[in-house]
Amino acid sequence: MIKAVILIGGPQKGTRFRPLSFDTPKHLFPVGGRPMVQHLIEACAKVDGLKEIFLLGYYQVDNSLNSFIRNMMAEYNVNIRYLQEYTTLGTCGGIYHFRDQICRHNPEAFFLINGDVCGDFNLPAMLNFHRSIPKSEEGAMTVMVTEATRQQSLNYGCVVEEKETHKILHFVEKPSTFVSTIINCGVYLCPLNIFNQVAAVIKAKQESNTSETGDERYADDYSDLNISKTNDDLPEILSLEEDILTRLAGTDHLYAFHTNQWWCQVKTSASAIYANRNYLKLYKENQSQFLSAKSQDGPEIIGDVWIDSKADVDPTATIGPNVTIGPGVRVGAGVRIKESIILKDAMIGDHSLILHSIIGYNTVIGCWTRIEGTPSDPNPDKAFAKMENQTLFNKDGKLNPSITVLGSNVQVPSGLLVLNSIVLPHKELGRSYRNEIIL
Amino acid sequence: MKALILVGGYGTRLRPLTLSKPKPLIEFCNKPMILHQIEALVEANVNHIILAVSYRAEMLEKALKAEEERLKIRISISFEEEPLGTAGPLALARHLLLEDNEPFFVLNSDIICDFPFQEMILFHKMHGKEGTIAVNKVNEPSKYGVVVYDNRGQIKEFIEKPQEYISNRINSGLYIFNTSILNRIQLKPTSIEKEVFPEMAKDGQLYAFELKGFWMDVGQPKDFLMGMSLYLEFLRDTQPLSLHQGPGIYGNVLIDPTAKIGPNCRIGPNVSIGPNVVIEEGVCIKRCTILRDSSVKSHSWLDNCLIGWKCCIGRWVRMENTCVLGEDVIVKDELYLNSVKVLPNKSINASVPEPNVIL
Repeated sequence: MIKAVILIGGPQKGTRFRPLSFDTPKHLFPVGGRPMVQHLIEACAKVDGLKEIFLLGYYQVDNSLNSFIRNMMAEYNVNIRYLQEYTTLGTCGGIYHFRDQICRHNPEAFFLINGDVCGDFNLPAMLNFHRSIPKSEEGAMTVMVTEATRQQSLNYGCVVEEKETHKILHFVEKPSTFVSTIINCGVYLCPLNIFNQVAAVIKAKQESNTSETGDERYADDYSDLNISKTNDDLPEILSLEEDILTRLAGTDHLYAFHTNQWWCQVKTSASAIYANRNYLKLYKENQSQFLSAKSQDGPEIIGDVWIDSKADVDPTATIGPNVTIGPGVRVGAGVRIKESIILKDAMIGDHSLILHSIIGYNTVIGCWTRIEGTPSDPNPDKAFAKMENQTLFNKDGKLNPSITVLGSNVQVPSGLLVLNSIVLPHKELGRSYRNEIIL
Repeated sequence: MKALILVGGYGTRLRPLTLSKPKPLIEFCNKPMILHQIEALVEANVNHIILAVSYRAEMLEKALKAEEERLKIRISISFEEEPLGTAGPLALARHLLLEDNEPFFVLNSDIICDFPFQEMILFHKMHGKEGTIAVNKVNEPSKYGVVVYDNRGQIKEFIEKPQEYISNRINSGLYIFNTSILNRIQLKPTSIEKEVFPEMAKDGQLYAFELKGFWMDVGQPKDFLMGMSLYLEFLRDTQPLSLHQGPGIYGNVLIDPTAKIGPNCRIGPNVSIGPNVVIEEGVCIKRCTILRDSSVKSHSWLDNCLIGWKCCIGRWVRMENTCVLGEDVIVKDELYLNSVKVLPNKSINASVPEPNVIL
């Protein structure tokens, strides 16, 4: 038996995904028409013998989470449970805390997946690779890795491996100088005795805590899922990357599984547009029934487009490429939408144009408006280039041009322009905005 | 009676439009700018019009020849070898102006107003002095020639572009002079505002005639659009039937009968659309001039733009803040142009979100 744990973090995390994360936990944000985490659940459900998936985080349980889990169980015929941490325990502290749940029924191994990664994951292949590793007594852990550019590798966990065996010789999280172009994808396959390793680390930390205070290793913490400095004196708060992978590298217990498929991390809202496009592309390859096609009385469709069956799109509209339109959305006459995500119940007035933008729930856009963002896609001329999860502001303190995000329940009157801007929920715009954050 | 119109040079302030056509021929509310003046002068019994130009333009000469026949008047072109300013051209045309001893009009060619020339003549004859300047009230007088006069209209001071506030009455650029003014002007580059008017004022020879209606110097794009709005309001009062009406038309809109407007458009207020222009479905246009043979494709939105001849604006285009397109400019679908001047024969393939000139 196999299990899986998907780390979905908590409300204090995913701040770079604001304002969209105000309304929905980031991992329930729809890309390709379905919540981000659903794509991961679907990838898990393709693994033979995978019986149980845990969503691990510190969100308060609510109806949306419960109904999401119910729907997922029905759709994928797999047991799914939410494990709520009492506080943010880091990428490893949480699984250790719930180790009894994970170990119950003695599974062969469990997948551990960072909830903010998107991609075309072939988990059965990863499991086959894992099973082919010459087993030592303690068992080994497998890390999914991919290739990045030299420069971008510095933003990720970098892996150095032994070429023939894929044994990981060295692991370092976000190095300041170049180490390797092979990076950690945030998808792992762990043997149960990983918990023995974790126990040893906790013991070592407890011992060091009594002799020294503070630990500068956590000072440079950018990852949403890594633990924060304020809590790091709690020995049960553990980072998988820094506390475990770093230690396991160079032993016989850590192996790299390579993927060349599309992969990205969703940190900023701009990366949601990129992930959306790539999931739509995957549908075209594997599940083309999800994509909209031009019909007799439907709108003009260009490229990959997902329109929810409960959306109402005027036949004179032109949609695509790379657009997802959620349920209850109304799109008026002569509207043009391209490279964008329109969330549930939004309304787009006649003749408006939406480019590289995310339109929030219930947001109402008038006629002849122009909602436009600037894409920040991976450099197409560079092999292995990844999405830049760029910072909001540049060195001069100016807003970096990025996609336009309208939060939920925003109102944009007719004739206005919103360019490269972020509008927080419940705003009624009175004029055009360019390169601004509208509180 | 005679009139001299100061056309001057290349009209660089109205570029890129003046790269394709001499400024006097650029259509203001579907009529060449100079014809607004010429027709009003003919109404006031002017039968000889002298155009003072400092560059050769065959197109202009040909057009005026046609007008000469149509209006049955005489049109002379007084060509300056070198630019002579605003007074020098009077000296150059001296032989024409002295063909009789009647007073004559002098006009800056960029002025649009309701041209009350007959009342000006009456006023001029009534005070009997050498010159009459039309004046009007503006909010920001510092960029104009400011005029101070007494309650009979006699001008006490004439100060060109004053640094500090003196008066809100400014020189409107329409004058009547007796032929004796020619004794004050030599054949060399001279400014009538700086060198002649202050002297005449000192001599008590200059009177101010107050314009009652609208007035605008339309020599640059922003003012051109402002002047258009004022002129359309003037048409509303004087010839309301010349304005367009119907569904989707808001406020004062002038549309040439040969232009085609698609369904579900929102046109106006203050729009002037020239001959053979095609506006497709669902277009919104406010405060724009669109010159002949241009087309605007579906769902575009234009505000405060001056679109030259034979332009083609794509679908879902947004243009605003005094964009000016020269002749035969193509704007591709879905672009945004903000305060952009585009020279003739360009094809725009990417948005220009900041004010710029596209060579």
